[in-house]
Amino acid sequence: MSTYQRPLALFWWLERRSYLLFVLRELSAVFVAWFVVYLLLLVNAVSDGAASYQEFLDWSGRRWVVAVNVLAMLFVLLHAITWFGLAPRAMVIRVRGRRLPPVQVVAAHYLAWLVLSAVVAWLVLR
Amino acid sequence: MADEITLEVARYRPELESEPVMESFQVPLREHWAVLDGLTYVKDQLDGTLSFRWSCRMGICGSCGMTVNGEPQLSCATFLTDYAPGPVRVEPLRNFPVIRDLVIDIDDFMTKLPEVKPWIIRDVHSPVEEGEYLQTPQELDEYQQFSMCINCMLCYSACPVYSLEPDFIGPAAIALAQRYNLDSRDEGAEERRAVLSSPEGIWACTFVGECSAACPKGVDPAGAIQRYKLTAATRSIKDLLMPRSRR
Ligand code: SF4
Ligand code: FES
Repeated sequence: MSTYQRPLALFWWLERRSYLLFVLRELSAVFVAWFVVYLLLLVNAVSDGAASYQEFLDWSGRRWVVAVNVLAMLFVLLHAITWFGLAPRAMVIRVRGRRLPPVQVVAAHYLAWLVLSAVVAWLVLR
Repeated sequence: MADEITLEVARYRPELESEPVMESFQVPLREHWAVLDGLTYVKDQLDGTLSFRWSCRMGICGSCGMTVNGEPQLSCATFLTDYAPGPVRVEPLRNFPVIRDLVIDIDDFMTKLPEVKPWIIRDVHSPVEEGEYLQTPQELDEYQQFSMCINCMLCYSACPVYSLEPDFIGPAAIALAQRYNLDSRDEGAEERRAVLSSPEGIWACTFVGECSAACPKGVDPAGAIQRYKLTAATRSIKDLLMPRSRR
């Protein structure tokens, strides 16, 4: 049987908003990895003493590093927000036999995020 | 209202063409006519060689899926008047090999579906004399949504992961596995686990969500997949912490 298989268009991911979002979210993994590397570099610099920490800060202040970090933050935000958005689809929580409404599941996630961020901020700025 | 509308139909006749071509037909624009009625009119009145699948004409059999103006649709449940003044572009479902005109090859789905064992599995079957396995309305509620699937494959057609990774078991098969996993009468979750948690199973899905948007039955396969991801992850953590406990 000879069948016809439609080839995938090069820009298929521009056909729909959801496809674009899908590709961007896949891409966000690279930036998440970048933040991990950046954090490790920071820890390494701190452990090497004040001079190397100052060097790290100077390097972080360079224009391209700031630009990369701002871009990375946008991608990580996209990652986090879409991740939280799907949480209620993955978690079906019943309280006294009733299913918890999706908004409450999302709200709980944002609340946890806020609390964790506050704790980290307190630890750092104290 | 104009009394005619143009259908632009993808034709693929392997003995004539090496790739599909579009052909236009004028069909009556009647108030209660679905795209499928337009195609039937073409086949009856204009060109008897046009090939397409259908059966129930009422959104139950799942055999009439097509791409209508770029969207995966049941052609029996998609009305011509909604596309007036036209033209209406009718193509075969995307992501499947085309056999002829609007007829696609569904073998891939047919081999994948039984892999998730979409039937009730019991360790021990109780004898018929003991009566039915009873279920409360709340237990029914747990899986009922997933049981609405009509195997129309619109979700596969909408899924970019399936088009990039043809080995992906896919939305409907996973939703149907969940339909049985969440059924209080079923004891087969462990048997379905290996296939579902494989790289071709749930982990291939990155939650694009188009399957749920395309589903004509409100099954929400995307939700079913995310839910199983959580189940699978919790299970592997449990296995890690308590390797000897089973089920
Ligand atoms: S999940 Fe929905 S779209 Fe997919 S096969 Fe079932 S009914 Fe069709
Ligand atoms: S013909 Fe049965 S679903 Fe459309």
